[in-house]
Amino acid sequence: MSLTTYGWLVLIFPLAGAVLIGLTFKALPQRVHGAIGTLAIFLSFLSALAMFFELDDRQVVSVAWDYASTVGIDAQLAILVDPLSTLMCLVVAGVSTLIHLYSVAYMGGDRGYSRFFAYLNFFVFSMLLLVLAANFFLLIVGWAFVGAASYLLISFWYRRTTATSAGIKAFVINVLGDVGLMLGTYFVFKGTGTLDFLRTFETVGTSFTENQPELVAGCILLLVGAFAKSAQVPLHTWLPDAMEGPTPVSALIHAATMVTAGVYLIARLHPLFEHAPDAAAVGSIIGCATLLIAATIGLTVTDLKRVIAYSTMSQIGYMIMAVSSAVYAAGMFHLMTHAFFKALLFMAAGSVISAMGGVQDLDKMGGFRKVMPFTFACMVIGGLALAGIPPFAGFFSKDEILSYMLDRGGWYVVMVVLGYLGAFLTAIYTFRMIFRAFFGPMSPEAEELSHGHLYHAPEPTNPATGEVEDTDVGFPGPEHHIAERAGAMKVAMGALAVLAIVGGFLQIPGITSALHDFLEPTFHGSRAYEEIHPSAGAEWLGLAIGAAIGLAGIFVAWRIYGKGGNAAAIQERFSGLHRFFVNKWYFDEAIDFLIVRPAAWLGRFANSTFERVFVNGALVGGSTGAVRVLSAAVRGIQSGYLRYYAALLLVGLTGLGAYFLISA
Amino acid sequence: MSLHWYLVVSALIFCIGAGGVLTRRNPLVILLCLELMLNAANLALVAFARAHGDMGGQMFALMVMVVAACEVAVGLGLVVALYRRRLPIDVDELRELQG
Repeated sequence: MSLTTYGWLVLIFPLAGAVLIGLTFKALPQRVHGAIGTLAIFLSFLSALAMFFELDDRQVVSVAWDYASTVGIDAQLAILVDPLSTLMCLVVAGVSTLIHLYSVAYMGGDRGYSRFFAYLNFFVFSMLLLVLAANFFLLIVGWAFVGAASYLLISFWYRRTTATSAGIKAFVINVLGDVGLMLGTYFVFKGTGTLDFLRTFETVGTSFTENQPELVAGCILLLVGAFAKSAQVPLHTWLPDAMEGPTPVSALIHAATMVTAGVYLIARLHPLFEHAPDAAAVGSIIGCATLLIAATIGLTVTDLKRVIAYSTMSQIGYMIMAVSSAVYAAGMFHLMTHAFFKALLFMAAGSVISAMGGVQDLDKMGGFRKVMPFTFACMVIGGLALAGIPPFAGFFSKDEILSYMLDRGGWYVVMVVLGYLGAFLTAIYTFRMIFRAFFGPMSPEAEELSHGHLYHAPEPTNPATGEVEDTDVGFPGPEHHIAERAGAMKVAMGALAVLAIVGGFLQIPGITSALHDFLEPTFHGSRAYEEIHPSAGAEWLGLAIGAAIGLAGIFVAWRIYGKGGNAAAIQERFSGLHRFFVNKWYFDEAIDFLIVRPAAWLGRFANSTFERVFVNGALVGGSTGAVRVLSAAVRGIQSGYLRYYAALLLVGLTGLGAYFLISA
Repeated sequence: MSLHWYLVVSALIFCIGAGGVLTRRNPLVILLCLELMLNAANLALVAFARAHGDMGGQMFALMVMVVAACEVAVGLGLVVALYRRRLPIDVDELRELQG
């Protein structure tokens, strides 16, 4: 089979899985659906592997169908198989396979089990469509599908009002991004006259001058799409709320795959951004701002999953900053390692949440270290990788981004300094989370687990609001599953833990540059790709600084949150700052004040004033009034007197006759 | 005799008929007056036909007589129907079709 056949197979398996599960929803038992879903993604992963081995440093486009092929429009169902899309397919399908496996056990007690796997398969299909798309048209399709799948999965427990409103919020913000992407596409298309990626890249140099306003506007609109999908400031507020979804969803969509779509988009469209450096600079600055803002919020959030969510935002900030600054290989490298350790962290968090009977509040957790050794080990591995401690994966990837950006010099140095500050905060909040959940005195739930019982709440409640729930479909199921007792979860977490340890060895400065070389065909037209190359010594220096900062962060976290810590005192001392961070920099309030309320006011104005006065009064009332006056005049003529009609006839005829007589 | 006299007589008869149609209320009388108007027109047609030596006008007069006969048949039929239904024989009372 040829390379592109494997490319199509990558897409077909998840779609077939979703359709099959959807159609046999009633006919087959739930367990089978879990197996079908996992197998479909695994086959997709195998196809991606085959694609990887067949690739041979090429960029191949395969067209299955022409939707519209006329002058100026070339909308095709076409996939582009090249190193970048292959890497993304491997990461997406690989991590998805493990998360499906995890879900088989984790979602075991849920009444919506089959639905969950159908949605999950649909999501993976959409994501793969997004990364394999060979033109803007299919990219937008995949982009919108991914948003829809994300909505479905965030609102998976649809009887929870908090979950449904979080789903709506995510969807609305994502649609904003879709609009940005579409308008951006329009700007680019207007100049180049083609939707196809490769032809766009060929012609962008001749269609636009460097930094031409149209191109900069188009690229910034594309960035709006990327920011909304990748939860960058100020379109990030949906991501923490999206933690209302089941934990595997958080691991898959809101950590490993979907939120990295923005990074992929910028890397994929790198010729456009290199031709519009002003727009790229916007991306770098927003990425840098996001990584700092999210890290500070992560310091104070008490919800276990939201801590990881803010950390995701922060790490994606690094990636966006990297790819916008033309540091592509390092950005994609961080994307890959982040997918491993962040999925692992979420899975470990899911295990802890199960042990807590669904409660996510860090304040109530404690002492799980002894009773959940496997989960603890996974959490620590993920945490060390996130904090950038050698030799874990995040150590190599994050510091590579920073040392490459340092090599660019200029104002990028400022961002590198802020990046290191972010790394310091990352280490603190990661280990704050670990110390608070796993160390300290045992919580009642941990106590119960140490006696061999898994804690179950006497009556299930919504962790966010405390509302009483049942365990029927639309709410979480009655059973909870922890990694220590579920083989499937253990396998998935173990595999990711290994990847989180060894994933970084792909790119060791001065020794290997496997990923950089692998991605070269995709970026062969990029000037920056070869030019920006710090010496191995500079990179090792960066690694040393990163490791020192990470260790310092862990030490600080231990002093504050570890044994004999003084977290409360510090919180008291910086209460103003703490309140600012706890309220998430007041982004929700600011958006509410600046956008939601004016929009609501405008709506009320349109409804009460504009609609009533102008539409109802002037337009509708005016036209009916005119008709009424005219018809009254006509009605007045119709008196019913025969002689009146006869007289009218006579007068009319006489008048007509007189007219012709006079004019003749 | 000059054509003018015929036309003057014709115009007089027409005006008398029109006046009758406009002022009378009895449908029978209105029908009579309508006949007057039609025959005034006939007179003018025949007079013109003679003056120009063209038989077309006389043909037209015959046509008008046919139409007049039809019209009288319908008109009288209406009057009989009114009478049968014991409605007032007065056109001013029959104004239900007003707007």
